This record gives sequence, C-alpha cells and structure tokens, in this order.
Amino acid sequence: MSDITQLHRALIARVLDGNGKAPTELRRAAFDNAGLDEPMRTLIQKVAHHADRVTDEDVAAVRAVGMSEDQIFEIVVCAAIGQASRQYQNALAALASAKGQRSAR
Amino acid sequence: MRLEILDRGHRLRTKALLALIRLVSRQPVVDAVKLAFYRPDFYGGSDLTHEAMRGPSAWSIGDRELMAAFVSKVNESQFCIAAHSATSGLWYGDHEKVVATLADVETAPIDEPLRATLRMLGKLTRAHGIDPDEMGAVLAEGVSRQQIEDALAVCLVFNITDRLAEAFDFSVASPAAMNAGARHLLKRGYR
Repeated sequence: MSDITQLHRALIARVLDGNGKAPTELRRAAFDNAGLDEPMRTLIQKVAHHADRVTDEDVAAVRAVGMSEDQIFEIVVCAAIGQASRQYQNALAALASAKGQRSAR
Repeated sequence: MRLEILDRGHRLRTKALLALIRLVSRQPVVDAVKLAFYRPDFYGGSDLTHEAMRGPSAWSIGDRELMAAFVSKVNESQFCIAAHSATSGLWYGDHEKVVATLADVETAPIDEPLRATLRMLGKLTRAHGIDPDEMGAVLAEGVSRQQIEDALAVCLVFNITDRLAEAFDFSVASPAAMNAGARHLLKRGYR
C-alpha cells in the first residue's frame, strides 16, 4: 500500500470516527453528502459541489440551529474530504480499466 | 475567515508559534497556516499533502505545484490559485509559464505529457468523475500509470483544500505575504 493510500485512509478514519464535537452520524452524513436536514443540507451540498458559493448566511443558518463553530468546522471538513475522495476513487477505477500500457508494478 | 475559531481559537502553545511565525517572516500568518494549525489531531491534512506534493515522484515539485494551481483554478479558489501559482513560478523560475497554463492549457508552453495530465485533472475536478477512455488518452501521451496516480494524489489534496479555503473564506494575503509563503513551501514543504 502506498503512503498516499495509508495517509488518506488514516485521514478519513480520523474525521469520521476520531475525537470530535459533532455526532459521528452527522459527520458521516456530511462526508456522504446524503441524508442531511436543512440548513445543514444546503451548506454541505455547496461545500461538495460549489464551495466558492458558500455564504456567511449559509454558515449563520447552521449556527442558528445550535451548531457550534467546532461542529461546523468538523462537518465542512468531512464534506470536503468526502467529495474529493469520491472523485479520487472514481479516477483510480477509470485508470484501472483504461486500455494502454500496463503497470510495471 | 468565516469561523472565528480558525482565527483565534488555537491552543496557547500554537498561538505562541503563530506569533513567532509573524515575527520571523515579518508577514501576517496566512489563513492556510491557521487552518493547518487548528486541531491537527482532527483534520491534520498536512502529512497527506506533504506526501503528495513532496514525496517521491517522476513529476517535479514545480509540476505538482502547477497541478495544484490548475485544480484550484477550476475550483475558483483565489487563495490557492495565488499561493500555488507563486510556488510553481518560483520553482520553475518562470512565472509566465504558470500564468499561460492557467489562462489556456491547450496553448501553454509545457510538455505534452503534462498538458494531457492537466487536461484530465481539470475534467475530473469539473465533472467529479472521468472515463477510462480519457485516462487512456493520458497514457497514450506516454504518461506512466504511476505518474497518473501521483497526479491524482495532488488532485485529491487540492480538491479537499480548495473546498476548505472557499467554505472558510480564506483571504488572499498581500503579494509579499504570499511570496513568503511560497518560499517556505519550497524550503520546508507542508509539514
């Protein structure tokens, strides 16, 4: 297993199951960008698909339902890692089934 | 910065370290550094980032910094575009090459294997996925499977970092502060 694979897995394990302030089910839902209620749903959907469009209001709405800054920090981190990881796995699978030179390893 | 904890919520020892960085660099601490130092036992993406950007690879450090800037351009993360354009340009000793690549990858003065790889990373980042045929096109340019995996690791890291930079609303610092950051990234890396 490459160092990248190992470090990537450790990072995912840490943000999903490590010490945190947000419940693990909420962190998992943010990572998957699935099964969230408003206003978390809007914030996390933007982080996953258009992070540049996140606004102060999106964050304020999540604060207003009682989420702390640390909890918001955690679910945003989970959402960013989740979406980037899905893209990465999709690309590795495409590489594995691409025709062309075979791996030397 | 959109969350106050990322600006001012660091532990005391970390606050002292940030003050030292300000003193030594004579620049404000950029937001990426504040994020990296906030609860590293939770997020702590710097080991993965360092391995992707500075670990062994057939791609040069300048090439990987260019990939980082290019992916950040697709994600429209102004902070990351500025930071990694500066770092790539400094490594190449050629800032124009970086500017040209971000303006139009098809006409930029870069080698074909790098061009094909950037094109693939751009598509992956924009569309959130890629086809085997598009990977085949990169292999056909003579890019090895290992090089593609290395480029995908850079892409992974910046698809995380760009999202955090935008969601937390990183401010682009002055050119002097961004250049000081670029020099640090070439000297020490990301750890």
